[in-house]
Amino acid sequence: MDANMPARLALEGITKAFPGVLANDNVSFSVQPGKIHALLGENGAGKSTLVKMIYGIMSQDAGTIRWNGEAVRIDNPKQARRLGIGMVFQHFSLFEALSVLENIALGMDAKIPSRELEKRIRAVLETYGLKLDPHRIVSTLSVGERQRIEIVRALLLSPKLLIMDEPTSVLTPQEVDQLFGTLRQLASEGCSILYISHKLDEIKALCDSATILRGGKVVATCDPAEETSRSMAEKMIGTSLADVEKNASRQFGEPKLVVSRLSTKSEDEFGVAVADVSFSVRAGEIFGIAGVAGNGQNALLDALSGEVRGADSEAITLDGHPLGLLGTTQRRKLGLCAVPEERNGHAAVSEFTLSDNSVLTARDRKGLVGSGLINSGAARNYTGEVIAEFAVKALGPEALAGSLSGGNLQKYIMGREILQSPTVLVVSQPTWGVDAGAATAIRQALVNLAAAGSAIVVISQDLDELLTLSDRLAVINDGHLSQPLDVDGISIEEIGLLMGGVHGTSQETRIVAGDDVAVSA
Amino acid sequence: MSMDLLIAICMTVIGAATPILLAATGELVVERSGVLNLGVEGMMLIGAVTGFIVMFTTGNPWLAVFVAAIAGLLSSLIFAVLTLSLSANQTATGLALTIFGTGFSALAGQNYSAQPVELFRSIFPPELVGHQVLRLVFGHSPLVYFSLLMVVACWWFLNRSRAGMILRAVGENDHSAHSLGYSVIGVRYAAVAFGGAMAGIAGAAFPLLLTPQWAERMTAGGGWIAVALVVFASWRPFRLLAGAYLFGLVMTMELYSKAGGGPLSAIPAELWAAMPYLATILVLVLISMRRSGSTSAPACLGKPFIPSS
Repeated sequence: MDANMPARLALEGITKAFPGVLANDNVSFSVQPGKIHALLGENGAGKSTLVKMIYGIMSQDAGTIRWNGEAVRIDNPKQARRLGIGMVFQHFSLFEALSVLENIALGMDAKIPSRELEKRIRAVLETYGLKLDPHRIVSTLSVGERQRIEIVRALLLSPKLLIMDEPTSVLTPQEVDQLFGTLRQLASEGCSILYISHKLDEIKALCDSATILRGGKVVATCDPAEETSRSMAEKMIGTSLADVEKNASRQFGEPKLVVSRLSTKSEDEFGVAVADVSFSVRAGEIFGIAGVAGNGQNALLDALSGEVRGADSEAITLDGHPLGLLGTTQRRKLGLCAVPEERNGHAAVSEFTLSDNSVLTARDRKGLVGSGLINSGAARNYTGEVIAEFAVKALGPEALAGSLSGGNLQKYIMGREILQSPTVLVVSQPTWGVDAGAATAIRQALVNLAAAGSAIVVISQDLDELLTLSDRLAVINDGHLSQPLDVDGISIEEIGLLMGGVHGTSQETRIVAGDDVAVSA
Repeated sequence: MSMDLLIAICMTVIGAATPILLAATGELVVERSGVLNLGVEGMMLIGAVTGFIVMFTTGNPWLAVFVAAIAGLLSSLIFAVLTLSLSANQTATGLALTIFGTGFSALAGQNYSAQPVELFRSIFPPELVGHQVLRLVFGHSPLVYFSLLMVVACWWFLNRSRAGMILRAVGENDHSAHSLGYSVIGVRYAAVAFGGAMAGIAGAAFPLLLTPQWAERMTAGGGWIAVALVVFASWRPFRLLAGAYLFGLVMTMELYSKAGGGPLSAIPAELWAAMPYLATILVLVLISMRRSGSTSAPACLGKPFIPSS
């Protein structure tokens, strides 16, 4: 770096404490003009707290923020924007019932007549080759389009520093490509980018430098180009990372779950139904279902779990028992357990204790209910077992589900189902938003469950994960399931093309299979 | 049906609709900001009794309306402090405000019952006001024109002004609005205060427009109809206007039916009286059956806002 040129942003000794936790402990690093700087860390490492202070949503207890060399106080987001700091949030702060134009206008501090604003939006869209209709109502847009609104909103202010908080967690590979193109173009124009993520392959592909946080402290600053994903992941979690271990000579048994010609009706006009899906999963086998979000994964999970009952009892069979007309409780009794994608409010009730959450799905298989009464001792014991076995960080079985971090709650949910030793387990996005260490633990548990003779269906958007876990793999596209392929000898390009189906022409694939595919979260 | 009777019915309908239209316009803005204030009936009664007392003592209807607005606003601030600053449950607080307003107005109006006041009449020249046909345009109290103006103003504010857009944003997604740097609580205070002032004026419209005296509980559920009307109109000002006049028509039918004679008395007055409520239930069912999304309630309606960071 040019020693005479002050850093665009420099943090010196930033400390922030919450009751009971030190979220940031003496954090220092700097971002140079025109560079893309990664902020890496597991969930709960303090990344979000740190950027909230940079963007003025929170204020630090101690430490200095320097902007172009000068110490500044950033009391609120408005001030941050005035300095030239833009931010694209992980969870979009959008207003569903309002139009794109209105949403952008709300994010602007200056009052700009809507016609003038529209002209400027169109100019930005053109400069960066983004597609977006300013007059659409947000509730009708895809996730990628919604993110574009946030990006355009930030770009309209010609920021000098753009903060991106886990921007790709919800995007399709094509959308990620476009995003990276936009970010590189921005950086080449002199804008600094602070890129927060735990997807290491992306950081290697995009970022010039990286600061790694663990437990609120900076543990390393490195050049991602000189690191492997694995070495960065190990710095992130502080220990060496275990690979998912599979028995190479594993054998598959009889088909356990057989799905034949399963179709569903879509719930509403925006929903995607499953059409004529057939596959079977053998004992000991992990069957992966890949696909871009919104192609019928949720409908398929609901149909398999029994949340939405079908019309044909033979469409789903387990060990030859027809399940098609049964509800979740009966299916669980017969040995089919399921984990939906959404943790809070679907897989677990945030306001309930972990113990009560165990009763909700494990009551029959684990005998947590007797003659209509909850056997709370048994529920506590079972929950304690899950907590111990899956290293869930929680105060105990009586902790509220909502008090757990996302990764820990996911470990609990997966553990709750896995320890019921189901004959068939169907999971959706088992490691979504979970950090690298926990993700490996969850994946290993799935592999072990399969090794013990269960048949497992994994629905995921993370191709690396599916390639690591699955024995066979199929792609769901607009409710249709492709022919299953053996994972051995499959190429990412092949799957990418199947996934791309409706998206058409793009031949590019962003993911490069390498020696470290197992560690990306 | 003669021309005269038709015009007379129209005049009654407009009169009957005006108080609920005023109150509903206020409540619509409140609900668009994400707050459910069920205290409309109570605030109206407080407005009615203050409006009456000021009219009785000063004889100045403009002053009466103004003071009623202030009284309604102040009573709404009780609600605002409890629900917005102290995050109390909005439904329970709203109901409590209605009970409080009912009791307070009865107490304040104790010595005024059965005392007559002047009505707040049209300010146009008598030849226009008395004209057989033109009175349909010029014969109304200023409150009627005010209520129509407020509907248009409210539409313009919500859909065309920046402040209105912020208010809708707050009602749609309070946490996002907060993270963008808007004062959710501040916007909601302003909205609740506006709703309170409108409810106060609506209350004053009862003695000044309909029955020129004070009677306990004289708003007779008008506040509740206003709350229902907002849902009926699916939170849109011009539908509110249509809904209020429809409800006004039904209420007028009740009066004519009570008066006896004609085809209207074939249906009992009680059924006419129940009609607005039946219509509301019907509309609610229809809205929830359609479920198209974008036309429905503000997403944060009735949820207390507690900033997370």
